[in-house]
Amino acid sequence: MEITLNHVLFLSTALFFVGVYGFLTRRNVITMLMSVELLLNSVNINFIAFNKYLYADKLDGVFFTLFLIAIAAAEAAVAIAIIINIYRNYNSIDVDDVDSLKW
Amino acid sequence: MFYVLAAFILGSGLLAVTSRKLFRSAIYLLFSLIGIAGLYFWMDYEFIAAVQIVVYVGGIVVLIIFSIFLTHHVGSEMESPDRMRAGFAALAAFFAFVFCSLVICKNEFAVPAQAPMPLTVERIGTQMLSLTDHGYILPFEVVSMLLLAAMIGCIVIAMKQPEKTS
Amino acid sequence: MVSMTGDFKIILIPLLPLLSFLLLGIFGRKYLRGSSGLIGTLSLLSSTLLSFSVACNYFFVSGKVNGVFQQLVVLKQTWLEFSPGVTIDMGFLVDPISVMMIVIVTFISLMVHIYSLGYMKGEERFATYYAFLSLFTFSMLGLVLSSNIFQIYIFWELVGVSSYLLIGFYFDRQSAVAAAKKAFIVTRFADLGFLIGILVLSFGAETLDFKTLIDRLTTSTPQLQSMITTSFLGVSSLTWGLLLVFAGGAGKSAMFPLHIWLPDAMEGPTPVSALIHAATMVVAGVYLVARLFPVFAISVPGALHVVGYVGALSALFAAVIACTQTDIKRVLAYSTMSQIGYMMFALGVSGYGGEHGLGYMASMFHLFTHAMFKALLFLGAGAVIHYVHSNEMVDMGGLRSKMPVTHLTFLIACLAISGIPPFAGFFSKEEILTAAFENNKLIYGVALFTSGLTAFYMFRLYFSIFWKKDFHSDHHGEGPWTMKLPLLLLGVLAVIAGFAPFSHYVTSDGKGLETAVNVSFSVAPVLFAITGILIAMQLYKSENAVPDKIAGAFGSFYTWTLHKFYIDELYLFVTKKLIFNLVGRPSAWIDRNIVDGGVNLSADLTEDTSSLIRSWQSGNLQQYAVWFFAAIIGVVVIFMLIWK
Repeated sequence: MEITLNHVLFLSTALFFVGVYGFLTRRNVITMLMSVELLLNSVNINFIAFNKYLYADKLDGVFFTLFLIAIAAAEAAVAIAIIINIYRNYNSIDVDDVDSLKW
Repeated sequence: MFYVLAAFILGSGLLAVTSRKLFRSAIYLLFSLIGIAGLYFWMDYEFIAAVQIVVYVGGIVVLIIFSIFLTHHVGSEMESPDRMRAGFAALAAFFAFVFCSLVICKNEFAVPAQAPMPLTVERIGTQMLSLTDHGYILPFEVVSMLLLAAMIGCIVIAMKQPEKTS
Repeated sequence: MVSMTGDFKIILIPLLPLLSFLLLGIFGRKYLRGSSGLIGTLSLLSSTLLSFSVACNYFFVSGKVNGVFQQLVVLKQTWLEFSPGVTIDMGFLVDPISVMMIVIVTFISLMVHIYSLGYMKGEERFATYYAFLSLFTFSMLGLVLSSNIFQIYIFWELVGVSSYLLIGFYFDRQSAVAAAKKAFIVTRFADLGFLIGILVLSFGAETLDFKTLIDRLTTSTPQLQSMITTSFLGVSSLTWGLLLVFAGGAGKSAMFPLHIWLPDAMEGPTPVSALIHAATMVVAGVYLVARLFPVFAISVPGALHVVGYVGALSALFAAVIACTQTDIKRVLAYSTMSQIGYMMFALGVSGYGGEHGLGYMASMFHLFTHAMFKALLFLGAGAVIHYVHSNEMVDMGGLRSKMPVTHLTFLIACLAISGIPPFAGFFSKEEILTAAFENNKLIYGVALFTSGLTAFYMFRLYFSIFWKKDFHSDHHGEGPWTMKLPLLLLGVLAVIAGFAPFSHYVTSDGKGLETAVNVSFSVAPVLFAITGILIAMQLYKSENAVPDKIAGAFGSFYTWTLHKFYIDELYLFVTKKLIFNLVGRPSAWIDRNIVDGGVNLSADLTEDTSSLIRSWQSGNLQQYAVWFFAAIIGVVVIFMLIWK
């Protein structure tokens, strides 16, 4: 059977919501970061799919993906720095322990 | 081929978000990312696949593993998430997924008229740095500034505060 | 609009005491302690000389136009305009009674200032005392020189404040503080009536200026007609206005039943009593009625009857009580109330114009002479108290050899107040009795009997202080020359003031009046007076038990009189039991529970609401993410399905 755009979109949507589930559920900050990476990747798949199936002669999707990869890398680096700082201050990387900003 | 790849990606993704051991979770993420790179290869976008492997797999996952070592007792297990929270989140995600799929299925995507063009690195490079209509020179520069800012930010945030001697 | 005509030295007359008050009030305590007395006295001296020169100028040189003394308005400055015609103009009014009053006020104040140099020596708050005295003099002068009914109210209140400050001068004494509060509250309560009266009158006459008001309400004008025809509870609004104004005057002049503050006000230093409660403040009510006299006499004679009866009642009432009091200052206080009653009913039996205006003239004449001898009596009493260190008559006696100057001047004053010729009181009392005889025989009878009582209690006082028994001689002498000089000056005046041709100068309509002493008429009052003196001499010249026996014979009536007819207790009952419990307590309950409760309720509601939604702010990142995600999905659903 031919693989249409819908199949790929189905895949990327599923991956997106797996990432959302992981983000809302996991207690460890690093695993939350991993879920965020999954989210970003699903978006990348989306872009590439649209580029391939609908706009094959243009390269916009490719560029978006490239930039998105770059940005994701930067954001992951900053997140790791923050995680290290949190570990230093709270001595734990459980996200439920970082709740100082409450009432 | 596609189905294999899709199953691989989704499977490792699910395992990554549900695994109880942190290091295994990181490895599953690694597999998922490699699977996505494979998907790009299957779609004939070799360049993107290569970038994916180099940056994501070789950079970000390695970074995550470093931070795991810096902050965690690797061997021990993590607590499982709160039952209620997990159930509620799963339910919400599932319903949202169903909703989005319905939207996608209902939509009619227009079939392209033009013929596909081959994707060479040379073309990507010249198009990205061109100043004309479809050039992406400005985002390119901005992203480079962003990377600079991120670098500096990381250093500052993670810097050890100098000991006060008095 | 500022306009100045006539003698503008008159502006300096109240201004100098005001400056002295400011100077002594601000700098007196720290810098000017020693010289504050001199500063106050010097400023008063200049004011007195100025007022004498103004009076000479007015009465002898330039006041008369065509045989009628003019009402001049010197300096008129528009201060506050309510509507065209109804404005508060600050101004100085120069007319016979105001000139007479400034002479009296400044002269008596000067005497008191000089006397206080000796009496209050060694007092720690010396400068404050003189500052208050200057403030009082300023307010009183402003009151008598007011050309506008609202301005007189302003100075009226200022006089009340100064009197509060002076009565409560010894503020560490509970009784003094209570007396000051009582004086202020009672007069303030009366001033409520005064204010309403001002509003009624000025609304009806559409003006606040005295001259215009009197003109509009005494000649046939539309304002007068409308005031007469509008009536409230059967009495015309003009009558209401005048009676309310009189109520204010009655409060300040201690007429029955608003007299309760005057005896207690004796808690202040004695020179203060001499100034305020003998010569100046208490006659402010009489002055007010005299100022509005044309309206009273011409347009509302009924109000004048009320004035007369209230005055006569107060005179009799006070005289009866004075016969039983043992504190010498209280005796003098009741005597003041009685004499002011005389002035009031003299106005009450008077008509307007020419011969009919005899009562008016007599009242003003009595005001003039009374100021002299009553101030003399108080200052003498002050000297006695200073010597004996007690206010009670039982502690005194036989002082005539120890204090000769005081004795002589006190005797002169007692003779004057009893109406013995040729002293000053005789002439003024005779005029009053003539006016009363012509108009209202009942009041005449009351006045005659009261003059006998006056002689009796004054000589009871005199004999008890100076004769009764021998005084154990004490340390010091009579007092410094600063205390003797005013006594001597006032004594001289008490003798000769009666001979002044007063009726040529101060009458109800400004024209001069010829009066002569009617010998046959005067026999009756003089006989009453001499009888009173003889009875007093018999009872009190030497110590015996007869007065107590007589008091016993009167029985319960004596007890009633001794306790001042229980009027104070009645007032206390009304305020404490009725007003506090029926009005005060419910109001306090409402304030505490309903008003405060409402505010507290809103605070509690806010607190409860906020503690309910407090848990949203948990600091938990994933909870925030859940809500974020839910909201996004919700927005997407809305946009995709509902809003097309």
